[in-house]
Amino acid sequence: MARPADPVHVAVAHALADAARPARRSRRRRFVSALVRKRAGVIGLAIVLLNVVVALSAPVLAPHDPLDQDVARRLLPPAWLAGGGAEHLLGTDQLGRDILSRIIHGSRISLLIGLLSVVLSLPVGVGLGLLAGYFTGRLDDVTMRIADVQLAFPFILLAITIAGVLGPSPRNVILILAVGGWVVYARLARGQALSLREKEFIEAARGLGGGSFRILFRHMLPNVISPIIVVGTFGVAQMILLESSLSFLGLGVQPPTPSWGGMLNDGRAYITVAWWLTTFPGAAIMLTVLGINFVGDWLRDLLDPRLQSV
Amino acid sequence: MEFVRRALHGDLGRSLRYRQPALPLVLERLPATAELALAALFVSLLVAIPAGVISAVRRDTAYDNLTMLGALFGQSMPVFWLGIMLILIFSVRLELLPTSGRGGLDHLILPALTLGLYSTARVTRLVRAGMLDVIGQDYIRTAQAKGLPDRRVIVKHALRNTLIPVVTIIGLELGTLLGGAVITETIFAWPGIGRLAVTAIFQRDYPLVQATVLVTALVFVLSNLLVDLLYGWLDPRIRYT
Repeated sequence: MARPADPVHVAVAHALADAARPARRSRRRRFVSALVRKRAGVIGLAIVLLNVVVALSAPVLAPHDPLDQDVARRLLPPAWLAGGGAEHLLGTDQLGRDILSRIIHGSRISLLIGLLSVVLSLPVGVGLGLLAGYFTGRLDDVTMRIADVQLAFPFILLAITIAGVLGPSPRNVILILAVGGWVVYARLARGQALSLREKEFIEAARGLGGGSFRILFRHMLPNVISPIIVVGTFGVAQMILLESSLSFLGLGVQPPTPSWGGMLNDGRAYITVAWWLTTFPGAAIMLTVLGINFVGDWLRDLLDPRLQSV
Repeated sequence: MEFVRRALHGDLGRSLRYRQPALPLVLERLPATAELALAALFVSLLVAIPAGVISAVRRDTAYDNLTMLGALFGQSMPVFWLGIMLILIFSVRLELLPTSGRGGLDHLILPALTLGLYSTARVTRLVRAGMLDVIGQDYIRTAQAKGLPDRRVIVKHALRNTLIPVVTIIGLELGTLLGGAVITETIFAWPGIGRLAVTAIFQRDYPLVQATVLVTALVFVLSNLLVDLLYGWLDPRIRYT
């Protein structure tokens, strides 16, 4: 057991270690100026916020019940075309359901699954990556080999296989996406941890008797958090795309729950007679993903310009 | 263990639906998927390399901004939506191209475009970033100082060195393409491995599902090995010992 460290020295060492982290106030100022500079970031943020508001207040915003069928009013075109009316702004689908209302309600599923799958996989990935990079050795080997094996399978193929076995439901989709998502974060965190562990301030913290736990979470984690936030943002966009792909294949969210991918799947059969069934939900997906990607790009320029294409 | 032993002997079980060994069923579909993936890769490199190079050379111009915006759009577009929109425009409205099936070159155009867009966007961004990196190097300035024409400096000196990381990405891109093929093949009724996998899942034909996943992974790993070897050939400094 080492001699208990002198409290003054410990304080100095931690102050030094803290100095290695970017100062908080100047970072906040850069946040604001970069936000103003980057129009794309603003547009992206606006799209994301709009999405969140729409998702939260869907029952109030939607003009109709998204499940309300009316066979007499099926396949009505959007309002601005002949035959369309103000009643159904974006038209109705093959069962007479209001498309606008379904898109509004569909945003809930997309955002929920996109966010939750990242929220579940990111901490696991970062934790494992940091541990692997810090301790190296056997733990590192095992973690990274598992990651390699998983990367050898195209993710979407793996996802549809698991979805096929487990059965389609929103919970299973989140689970599949979370299980598939951790690798990216683990590899990133591991790489950062490998280089950080050689840095002087980590050595200082260790020399002063800082435990592994303290070093990992107090000194290393703050230094890897920026690239993680950037990659996590792109991750949400990616997961929304994957969720809609699964739902499109019929392996994700099941009807009658409105989901954008599912709407596209339904509308595909009517492509020759009713283009609006597929065009609008797809546009909703693209706009949402684009908005998140804009935000991710902006965050990257702001937090970590070294990160190139992710 | 029993499964692994038999798999190594090329026996992946029998398809429940077709009542045949699963492996030949998958291999039979392999050429169609390979054709589609390679066509998509070809399209994306054909577009992405020039677009990325010009974007880097004319950095921060309107062209550059537009290309980067386009690339971001490309990366945000759901593959299946793009496919449906292309069918809607070119097959249903303009009646120029067939909606589905495999056949001549005209059958290949829409699926290849659909599948290739995401990769195009990613590779464009990568080529641009790589070029910007290389252009800042001293040896580029030396080449320019020697009085070499710009075109020669860019193509011979800069592009060549940019291509090395790009080749690595192509290997990974193949994984994206093989995965994306699942969806593209479903939309265009393309008789490849992807569609086989999807129908097998819906028919609960698990031996067949297993075979498709394993074969796809194997193809992916082998093509990445090929890329690694290519890497050593492109950059003689890299030696495998």
